[in-house]
Amino acid sequence: MQLQYEMVDHTLIVKFDGELDHHSAENIRTELDDVISQRRVKNLIFDLNEMRFMDSSGIGVIIGRYKNISKLGGKVSVIHVTDSIDKIFNLAGLYNIISKHNNKSEALNCM
Amino acid sequence: MEYNNYMKIEFDSKSQNEAFARVVVASFASQLDPTIEEITDIKTAVSEAVTNSIIHGYESSTGLVTVTCKINGNKLEIIIEDEGQGIDNVEEAMQPLFTSKPQLERSGMGFTVMETFMDEIEVYSELKKGTTIRMVKKFKSLNVE
Repeated sequence: MQLQYEMVDHTLIVKFDGELDHHSAENIRTELDDVISQRRVKNLIFDLNEMRFMDSSGIGVIIGRYKNISKLGGKVSVIHVTDSIDKIFNLAGLYNIISKHNNKSEALNCM
Repeated sequence: MEYNNYMKIEFDSKSQNEAFARVVVASFASQLDPTIEEITDIKTAVSEAVTNSIIHGYESSTGLVTVTCKINGNKLEIIIEDEGQGIDNVEEAMQPLFTSKPQLERSGMGFTVMETFMDEIEVYSELKKGTTIRMVKKFKSLNVE
């Protein structure tokens, strides 16, 4: 799993490229938390366009980051969500706490 | 259950084998002419079950996880077994959002995902003996014959 970053104002856009399961979750969590604290990130957008697989471990990663970001008054959203990942997010009620948008500009408008 | 085809794999309860297990099962299922959605469903369910064996069954120790698949007509039966510590209360463990490991950022959605993505699921567990999960997926693509 590779992560790519783009910073727009105080919003960090994280692009996932690969598979997110329990095995990859640990490294992703550490790397993300480092980047979030170093770059003084306020809001977070997860771009899932290149996410080729995700199981419920991914929900843990996203909710964990949401908790940290929301404590400091920031917002979290997801973009380019595939059908199968959408199914998992709906099951977990994730859209009660984070918003889903079609693309980056839509998501940035809502930050 | 009677079957037309069968396979079994056994591997160490190491997290790098989660991807291995789901890819093997998906390859085996490809003879059922599945849709992309059906393949994603079984990969996700297998990943959840194998992850449970690794995190909860064996915790910090290493043991063996067995994955058995049987094909019968348009049905795929997947059995995932470990000889780990077992589940104290299966009913409770299967509740959405229940997790015994919140500190690991586990979402507690594993069984809910398995139930949603597969057509049948049964869980047998005995403390200190291990856990067996039996799941069945019916593939629609072969129904049209």
